[in-house]
Amino acid sequence: MTKPNPRGLTRRELLTRSLAAGGSFLVGTSWVTSQSAAWAVEVATLKPETMATLVQMARDIYPHDRIPDDRYVVAVKGYDTPEQAPMIEEGIAALNAAARGQGFDSYLAAGWEDDRVEMLKAMEQSEFFQTVRAGLVTGLYNQKEVWPLFGYEGESYSHGGYIDRGFNDIDWL
Amino acid sequence: MVAKYDLNDDSVVVIIGTGAGGGTLANELAQKGIKVVALEAGGRYLPQDYINDEWESFGQLAWLDTRKSVGNWRVARDFGGLPTWIVKAVGGTTTHWAGASLRFQDHEWKTLTHYGQVDGASLLDWPIDAAEMDPWYTKAEAKMGVTRTNGLPGLPGNNNYLVMEKGAKALGYEEVHTGRMAINSIEYGDRMSCQQTGFCFQGCKWGAKWSTAYTEIPLGEETGFLEVRERAHAARIEHDDTGKVTGVVYFDADGQEQRQAARLVCVAGNTIESPRLLLNSASSMFPDGLANSSGQVGRNYMRHTTGSVYSVFEKPVRMWRGTTMAGIVRDEARHDPSRGFVGGYELETLSLGLPFMAAFLDPGGWGRSFTSAMEGYENMAGMWIVGEDMPQETNRVTVDADVVDQHGLPTPIVHYDDHPNDIAMRDHAYERGIAIHKAAGAVRSFPTPPYPSTHNLGTNRMSESPRDGVVNRWGQSHDIANLFVSDGSQFTTGAAENPTLTIVALAIRQADHIASEMSAGNL
Repeated sequence: MTKPNPRGLTRRELLTRSLAAGGSFLVGTSWVTSQSAAWAVEVATLKPETMATLVQMARDIYPHDRIPDDRYVVAVKGYDTPEQAPMIEEGIAALNAAARGQGFDSYLAAGWEDDRVEMLKAMEQSEFFQTVRAGLVTGLYNQKEVWPLFGYEGESYSHGGYIDRGFNDIDWL
Repeated sequence: MVAKYDLNDDSVVVIIGTGAGGGTLANELAQKGIKVVALEAGGRYLPQDYINDEWESFGQLAWLDTRKSVGNWRVARDFGGLPTWIVKAVGGTTTHWAGASLRFQDHEWKTLTHYGQVDGASLLDWPIDAAEMDPWYTKAEAKMGVTRTNGLPGLPGNNNYLVMEKGAKALGYEEVHTGRMAINSIEYGDRMSCQQTGFCFQGCKWGAKWSTAYTEIPLGEETGFLEVRERAHAARIEHDDTGKVTGVVYFDADGQEQRQAARLVCVAGNTIESPRLLLNSASSMFPDGLANSSGQVGRNYMRHTTGSVYSVFEKPVRMWRGTTMAGIVRDEARHDPSRGFVGGYELETLSLGLPFMAAFLDPGGWGRSFTSAMEGYENMAGMWIVGEDMPQETNRVTVDADVVDQHGLPTPIVHYDDHPNDIAMRDHAYERGIAIHKAAGAVRSFPTPPYPSTHNLGTNRMSESPRDGVVNRWGQSHDIANLFVSDGSQFTTGAAENPTLTIVALAIRQADHIASEMSAGNL
């Protein structure tokens, strides 16, 4: 089983510095931002381009078009440590090498998801891929912030359960 | 009033484990005025402590000690370090169980007779039968407040059940209802009724579901005869040179080794830990482990033929609302070899929250096929297959001396291969389950592989002959008169039904037997 993280991944230092806050993005060497500029994250150990590739990889493994990038960032941010970074750098380097073998400049340079997924399939059995994938099962789906996108309501005890709140309200059968 | 016994008090009965078997036995003996020390490896959690969050609750309650899954079963591939999904806490897996309380069908006590020899299977008739068990089942149902028994009404069906009922009835199934559940449909036993909260697996915060944690254990403690020692992990059972057991060595909450003397020892650590303890208790007199002259300790591990069907519908179902196991289709539970397998299976509704659905829907799955399925979550209905699996001698729990746990004890390896009968049954059940959902309008269905085992049975099986099993008709070991097995590991065969009711009925019966044998001076 995926090693459970009983507390889930808490929302980390996720600094969006949104455009609404009035400024332009501060994007220096230790900052990563997506092309859409919807998020940015400070990286401590990983190379910024490695983090950007890892986030794309996470989305390609579990693609949910209604989940914004920042949720995927939260899901993989735990790898940005001195202990984890070498494994990730090595894995992403292998992914970029695979991309070049397919005629792309890098993994991120492959514009179509199908092309990127082909590269992932080729490395599906690798420890790197399996570690990232397994980590996402809890890292992504255990974020309470994504639950409403699936309709999931979480705990109900504090509301008195569903006995008066629709446990048998199906009306289309 | 809670009892406190001296470590050297050799007049006590020591019970290892406080779940359906051990917890019930502890209370039943205490009610009869018998002194009991119950050793529980886990801590004590009560309804106010339970957490309605799947992973957090898993971290709180699940048995996560080192174990290994091997064999050709899918669980070994997906969950190599987690063969089971059971609980380490006072109350054991009765905190986690869904509450389904079904009696064995009459023929299931005598499967060798009814099914005949099956290649590769070690089928055996139980040394007891339905008539003998009937009064004990009645007592268990009353104790647990099982719906649809003793005049207790059934629970109302939730959306997930209504979908299954619609499809099942459209296919002509007849025995379709909201189950016999040890979940209060009305106030019963000083516990409130079900509030349809949807977190049965995480411990019922209302106490509406029967669990030994807040029924049997405190009732036993109130008598003044039961002492429960929490976070006390049994290491080995000791014996004297006549071969009688004399005490249990355990590690206490501080990791210190202790030894509790005993007049009698009852092993109820669930089907992995119970044989592990007997094997780890090997001595010069019993080099293959205690109670193992037959060589059957650890063998015939059963876990039910399981699997799930989840289906996506055009409109919302919201299956997570309400009782997790909210209803049942029993028509396929019969023995009917014309289907291509012996034995039968139940179909019971099941739901998982989103976090567990991600982990269990298709373990290892990824990409759009997986995520589009997840995106159907709100419109999903689900059901679980519970079928009789074949006992096989080679499906077994062994101990690995090279890999030790936090106390330095050899850890269990759980080997399980699916029998061809299990595979044929599972395939049939997938087809039927999907047909039920289709008949209710499903647009896409998923035959979900088995989860880590919650029904763990058979590794100290009951037999008439000491050659064929570990314990006799009372759960008493064939080899050692004052050593009993009191959990699901004594099951000779597994039947199609969820095992808890039968474990409880056997524990009540065993308590009666132990008490009468003690007062007769035989134990």
